[in-house]
Amino acid sequence: MRFQAIDLFTLLPELVVLITACVVLIVDLYLPQERKDVNQLISFAGLGIAIAAVGVVGLAWGPMPTYAFGDAFVRDPMSDLLKGAVLVVTLLAFAYSARYMRERDMWVGEFHVLVLFALLGILIMISANGFLVMYLGLELLALCLYALVAFNRDSSTGAEAAMKYFVLGALGSGMLLYGISMLYGATGALGFAPVAEAVAIQGMENRFLVFGLVFVIIGIAFKFGAVPFHMWIPDVYQGAPGPVALFLSSAPKVAAFAMAVRILVDGLPGLASEWSEILVILSVLSLAIGNVVAIAQSNIKRMLGYSTISHVGFIFLGLLAGTPDGYAAAMFYAVVYALMAAGAFGVLVMISHQGFEAENLDDLKGLGERDPWLAAMMTLVMFSMAGVPPLVGFMAKLLVLQAVIDIGLVWLAIVAVVFSIVGAFYYLRVVKMIYFDKPELDAAVDGSRDARIAVSVNGLSMLVLGMFPATLLALCEAAF
Amino acid sequence: MLPQFPWLTLVIWLPIIGGLAVIANGDKNAEQTKRIALGVAVAAFLASLPLWLLFEAGTADMQFVERAQWIPAINVEYYLGVDGISMPLILLTTFVTIFVIVAGWEVISYRPSYYMGAFLIMEGIMVGVFSALDAILFYFFWEAMLIPMFLIIGVWGGPNRVYATIKFFLYTFFGSVFMLVALIYMYFQAESFSIPDFHGLQLGMTAQVLIFLAFLIAFAVKVPMFPVHTWLPDAHVEAPTGGSVILAAIMLKIGGYGFLRFSLPITPDASASLDWLIIALSLIAVVYIGFVALVQDDMKKLIAYSSIAHMGFVTLGFFVVFSIVRHTGSAEGAAMGISGGMVQMISHGFISGALFLCVGVLYDRMHSRQIADYGGVINTMPWFGAFVVFFAMANAGLPGTSGFVGEFMVILASFRADFWYALLAATTLILAAAFTLWMVKRVVFGPVGNDQVAALKDLNRRETLNLGALAAATLAIGIWPKPLVDVMEPSIQHLVQHVQVSKLPESAAVRVQAAPPSAGQPAGLAQVTPQAD
Repeated sequence: MRFQAIDLFTLLPELVVLITACVVLIVDLYLPQERKDVNQLISFAGLGIAIAAVGVVGLAWGPMPTYAFGDAFVRDPMSDLLKGAVLVVTLLAFAYSARYMRERDMWVGEFHVLVLFALLGILIMISANGFLVMYLGLELLALCLYALVAFNRDSSTGAEAAMKYFVLGALGSGMLLYGISMLYGATGALGFAPVAEAVAIQGMENRFLVFGLVFVIIGIAFKFGAVPFHMWIPDVYQGAPGPVALFLSSAPKVAAFAMAVRILVDGLPGLASEWSEILVILSVLSLAIGNVVAIAQSNIKRMLGYSTISHVGFIFLGLLAGTPDGYAAAMFYAVVYALMAAGAFGVLVMISHQGFEAENLDDLKGLGERDPWLAAMMTLVMFSMAGVPPLVGFMAKLLVLQAVIDIGLVWLAIVAVVFSIVGAFYYLRVVKMIYFDKPELDAAVDGSRDARIAVSVNGLSMLVLGMFPATLLALCEAAF
Repeated sequence: MLPQFPWLTLVIWLPIIGGLAVIANGDKNAEQTKRIALGVAVAAFLASLPLWLLFEAGTADMQFVERAQWIPAINVEYYLGVDGISMPLILLTTFVTIFVIVAGWEVISYRPSYYMGAFLIMEGIMVGVFSALDAILFYFFWEAMLIPMFLIIGVWGGPNRVYATIKFFLYTFFGSVFMLVALIYMYFQAESFSIPDFHGLQLGMTAQVLIFLAFLIAFAVKVPMFPVHTWLPDAHVEAPTGGSVILAAIMLKIGGYGFLRFSLPITPDASASLDWLIIALSLIAVVYIGFVALVQDDMKKLIAYSSIAHMGFVTLGFFVVFSIVRHTGSAEGAAMGISGGMVQMISHGFISGALFLCVGVLYDRMHSRQIADYGGVINTMPWFGAFVVFFAMANAGLPGTSGFVGEFMVILASFRADFWYALLAATTLILAAAFTLWMVKRVVFGPVGNDQVAALKDLNRRETLNLGALAAATLAIGIWPKPLVDVMEPSIQHLVQHVQVSKLPESAAVRVQAAPPSAGQPAGLAQVTPQAD
């Protein structure tokens, strides 16, 4: 393996994020507490450049996959789109967080550094072309997230959530690693392409492969939070500070999607019939438990946690179809879901204020009177999550259902729509709180310009993408 | 064809954009906001007039067609067009919305801009439902309609509004998701989402039955048919007057329209073999719901139940087609059932809308919908009393009003199918007369009930205008229904011929033809095709 300078160009977005994180790390040392906003500006600039870099690299290399560092790293249309999506979501996350973190004395450089390193982990996962690099990216992401969940040192629930997340996350990573070692033992390779070749030759004959596959899928399901590996999600969402929950619920899901596609579709296509059966079970369970249990939640962060689980069920539906249309649908869903989750948590972060954490459904009461614009944006996000046109959540569900019906699993589509009716109820309940109930709180809502712009972009994107989904969908279709 | 002015796009998006503008204008200058809202509603109505004036009545083809790519990856198009079935319903929508805006003028004090804006947006969406010729576009509008209605009932509704509006939303949502699955399934058969392509699709019997049932759930909830009607009384009672009017006058029609646009032409064989189910449910709606209406104490609930009974007539008229063909061997009377159903839908749009406006007039003055709280209203509100009596008569199907035309046509058509259908259907004439006139007797006539009634003021100019216009429309269709029927005729004839052609794949169709023809055989539609004039 020889180092080529051109490889660095392919890695441009990752390098930009890495440099930004390091710059923040150093600059932060020289900033007095009242000037920490500089970190935010540096991060914004870095993310902006990174988005531009994704575009430049994408245009320069075109639609064919580009490999770097001896096939360890791949850039293709899928990675371009997913990277763009996570960068945008991270940008939104920073914009939402400022006031919340400042009021709680958490407005320190470490926040930006940890989020940026987590982002770097996500970018590496998206472009991983082998089990080893995938695992490295995953651990970089996971370690940053553990620290972020416990970011509020004085919060006991935060510490508890972080512990839980750490223990279960480590277990998940262990499972994944164990599965990888099985696959390595059976195929003698770590790159996805060589593994795929070896699997094609050996086929089902080698029981080690199936054994390894099961553990790898458990690892993926852990990171997604699919039932029955979902228990950490509601607890972690509840315990983490709002902005962290925002980040945690959005960008890493895109990473998990990339991980699933890279490992299952690129690495183990020969076992597609096996893993799609496993995904059927995981998705049905996630749809059922996610939607039904969400109804019983009075804490909105937990409710959104269970809602995540149900959306993961939908993403799996697209993946298990095993067709290019299905992958494209799942990808569309994952990107859209990241935007929806960012919007929902973003609104919660904005209505939290000094010494008060908006986390109960009742805290949303009367938002329509307190802040009509914010209420409208939250409503758009909720209807989008419920899958009601003209919002983009409907398009995402439509595409996934189409992929499932295409392979003849009409019953699965019916299961999915039945549970989405159940799901509609708790999203409607949020809208009900916002518009039909009288306000109980009278606190000011975050009026900072950044957060306002972020929530407007986020909310209106639901409507715009829902009415004009063709471009995003074409990008998703181009990836497969 | 020459590129023509996109009238349908205009009628859909003008009210939606206008509604957003009204909301953006806010409540600071409420009077100005209301004027803008009214202006938009009138403009939308005027923009919809060319659909009627430039309509070519001699053809069953889609007119004012607009077609453009929307989501190329999955073959979804922005495909609009109207025929004789949808065009009258679009005019009904734009016409009725004006009165909804006017009726909310003084009554709505909480955020009038949002109220008017929501109705305008809904108007555009409903026009979209009637003009969409792409299944996904149709579904898009069909579901989008729920959002403004959900908010209208929930924000401006009565005391139990939250329960009612969530029930409304979930019932309709429940109904429609199965339709979505059916539409996607058909996409893979037809390779396109265009509804005309669906019409030409060959489908096996099992597929047809399942698709038919999926559509049935969706449309039966919307119509609503017994036994999924229970959301309607709740929604009507809790909705503000305007919401009730839109629900009764237009939203229910969307279910009926769905049967004509989807169920009958796409799954004719399943419709033929399951028509007994729809006819039975329709007759239950007519008779049983008629009795239920008789015992209501709440005026709005009474009219809501009366709507269900009248919509039962509509579905009866639509599905009696197959029995007529089986019994008489010809399709001659079949079109009359569908025409009757359509006339009934339009007429019910005027009459039920007007009745809800009447209840609204009383409710605005006394804040009660209980029949027992009134009595002798005519003594203090003579004009109002006259209008109520007129609309009640129309609701009961008095000849000379539009209520009579539709009911008469449906009953006549059912006679050709089966004497008992007609007999049961005709009981509605008695029941509807009983429950409406009894309500009128208790509310309008008799001695003045109490001091509050004695203090009532008669209609103001705005209310008079509203009710007067609807009364004129009711009379016009009642006395001279020919223009309306003529516009619909070619499309309905086309539909009737279409549904008699079996959609079963060749082998199955041959098997049906080989079977000995016998009257009353449900599957025997294929062989009557030759006489289908």
